[in-house]
Amino acid sequence: MEAASLPAALELAAGGGAGLSPEKRAVLGASLLLLQRDYRFERVWFWGCIQGVRGAYYIAEGLGPDRAAPRSRLYSLNCVEWSLLPPATEEMVAQAEQLKGRFQGDPSFEYEYTEINAEDAEGLFEDGKEPMIKEESRLVATIEQIDRAVGIIPRGAFLKTPLGSVHENRNFEGLSLTEAKKLSSYFHFTEPVNLKNKTLLEKADLDPSTDFLDSLEHDIPQGSWTVQLEKGGTVVVLRSLLWLGLTFYHVPMTKQYGYVYFGTGEKNLDLPFML
Amino acid sequence: ERGHGPYQPHEPGYGLYQPGYSPYDDQTPDPKSRMLAIQNAKAYLLKSSTTSGLNLYDHLANMLTKILDEQPTNAVDIIENISKDVKWAQLQKKMDTLRDEHEILPTFEAAEKRKALFLKANGEGDEELEEEIGETPLPNVMETAFYFEQAGIGLSKDESYHIFLALKKLISVQPIQTCRFWGKILGLEMNYIIAEVQYHEGEEEEETEEEEVTEEGGKGTGEVEDEDEKKEKEDEPPKSTYKPPPVIPKEENGTGANKYVYFVCNEPGKPWVKLPPVTPAQIVCARKIKKFFTGRLDAPVVSFPPFPGNEANYLRAQIARISAGTQISPIGFYQFAEEEGDEEEEGGGGRDTYEENPDFQPLSVAEMVDSLATWVHHGQSILKQGRCVWLNPFQKSEEEEEEDEEEEKAEEPDELQQEIGPPLLTPLSEDEGIQNIPAWTAQPSTNLIPQYAVAILQSNRWPGAYAFASGKKFDNIYFGWGHKYSPESHTPALPPPAQAEYPSGPETTETRDPTLEEELAFKAAREEALAAAEDEEDEEDVAEDDEEEEEEEED
Repeated sequence: MEAASLPAALELAAGGGAGLSPEKRAVLGASLLLLQRDYRFERVWFWGCIQGVRGAYYIAEGLGPDRAAPRSRLYSLNCVEWSLLPPATEEMVAQAEQLKGRFQGDPSFEYEYTEINAEDAEGLFEDGKEPMIKEESRLVATIEQIDRAVGIIPRGAFLKTPLGSVHENRNFEGLSLTEAKKLSSYFHFTEPVNLKNKTLLEKADLDPSTDFLDSLEHDIPQGSWTVQLEKGGTVVVLRSLLWLGLTFYHVPMTKQYGYVYFGTGEKNLDLPFML
Repeated sequence: ERGHGPYQPHEPGYGLYQPGYSPYDDQTPDPKSRMLAIQNAKAYLLKSSTTSGLNLYDHLANMLTKILDEQPTNAVDIIENISKDVKWAQLQKKMDTLRDEHEILPTFEAAEKRKALFLKANGEGDEELEEEIGETPLPNVMETAFYFEQAGIGLSKDESYHIFLALKKLISVQPIQTCRFWGKILGLEMNYIIAEVQYHEGEEEEETEEEEVTEEGGKGTGEVEDEDEKKEKEDEPPKSTYKPPPVIPKEENGTGANKYVYFVCNEPGKPWVKLPPVTPAQIVCARKIKKFFTGRLDAPVVSFPPFPGNEANYLRAQIARISAGTQISPIGFYQFAEEEGDEEEEGGGGRDTYEENPDFQPLSVAEMVDSLATWVHHGQSILKQGRCVWLNPFQKSEEEEEEDEEEEKAEEPDELQQEIGPPLLTPLSEDEGIQNIPAWTAQPSTNLIPQYAVAILQSNRWPGAYAFASGKKFDNIYFGWGHKYSPESHTPALPPPAQAEYPSGPETTETRDPTLEEELAFKAAREEALAAAEDEEDEEDVAEDDEEEEEEEED
């Protein structure tokens, strides 16, 4: 969610019972601005909070002029001092997928691989290093996975210029109430995967400036998003069932939208059994 | 539409067709056939036309309404035109050419409902105001929300206030002694807001009538079956010797897992629905399945093992499990009631009631956070059986003992061992962790201002369960999806192995048919033996099988 609209946004996304204490809210207003100054970000998003067993990580993302470029991610243990995280690599993501269980809350904690095949070990550790992974890398990989899988924006909120860069659509006035209840009005804010697979007929209906991302309609498994109207129907809240804790809110017919993650940072692999 | 029903005194037509005064009374009316004729006539008039979809009844009603409203002169002469006008008006949308009608959004209805929460009930005088200010079961939801907010837990202030008012409405409707906002469980289509409630003693509604009816129905069919069996005793197929495991009875309302009654609603403003009491079978099954809640209480729960009930029962079972596992309080807040001779109770169940300790001295926040031994469970834990107090299902009443044979009775009671769970008011340090994660995470709400910090506990076994303590105040709450945490993925139960069709005994043992090679070898061996026997002048063969004879005949 946008740092500028943080207080109002937290009220709207609080349906799941998770939020920030007044202390954190107050300090974020100041520290996120300072982040913007120090790192020369154009936009700063408060991404959310991953609960570890002994502590929590607060994550912020910074965006440059091209909003679709890889974002810089920062974490903090107390919302006051922020540290930049290394960019995520495929190797990191593959390693982190092997890990199960909660985050510990200590960035320098090292996980040991206990259940890993000999083949996988060879593939992942070609250097012959010992199989240890730091919690920091797991954090990076988890944030990348969550953003890729369930980071969403409403349709029409971002525009793609003919030069290829993406920025906010100043004419976006919000989705209408009927549109807001449909999954096809929301896009994954990441590199599109399924766009090329659409039939020519479907592609003809697309507007290349706004429809350059995958919509949520064809997410697997079907039903992995819940769409609800809260506060008497004035706020549309989407919650992901694959990554429990990700909440997206949007007030129809206004420019307010955003997503935030409050959870344990674990993928819900039991989803097919639970639906 | 206006009702066409009985005419009101101010409408013309009233009093014309009183029974006994109509023009056809001299024709010895049979009231039943007259009523039938009237109904047939009305049904004919209500028949919809196949071309236009209108029906004569409504059209006549509309026409007469229009005539009576406008009161034209010489109505009978222009009746055909009036009829045409009425039909034409049906097709025209009522549009004001200058202004658009306002759109009625569904959000307006919801706003109406929420506004209704804020209105005071009718007829409140000063007397009731005094009652409200005195002892009231209404919990101070906003105060609890404030403490939880210090840790970043809780709903938005608006929603908390709406829930506050909804609870007030619940209390005014039901005879409630204590009430608590238990928490919110998220669902796919709608969410659940849950209130934990205790009725005044003796004011509980009797819901046992339904259960008695089903039991009697079962006995009735059993008797009928016995009679049929007696008639057909000669041609009976073998009866199954399968005895289903005994149904463990649920605990009484007010004790154990059913200590509290739970009310749910989807949104504040919607009516509260009472959840049925939970049975041990439901708890046992709920432990094996993991399903999201849809938000509709009558939705079926499709799972394996099949859940005995619908979503309302599953919700109640999960609430029972969460309460049993995560309702905690600072040590010393509750103490056992002083009773004589309560050490040796039947079945060794232990104490199951507690009361507030008037001499409670709260510990400092630092102490509450450092050691988990400063917190205790005041929710009774549920045994494997599904109850809080163990019950031997094979203890039968005297009548049943007389009917049963002694053989069956002797086998069963040895198998079940009494289950013992942790006693009430055990400290949290006894809670098992999951792998290397402790069962609870304790934190103060702020490190910057320790004087006014609040001790916060988060459960790791039931993610979403929180507790706070500050001075003499404490509370528990749950915000989540309603599932237990397990580091391994959920594996559904496998179907049970196929049952043996028959008991294996000396007469009915199934053996493999011999293969062709074996039979040929056997035949060759026999012929050798025969030849040897003939040499020795033996006449009888040894061990003739039926199969062997058949084989020889076939050959």
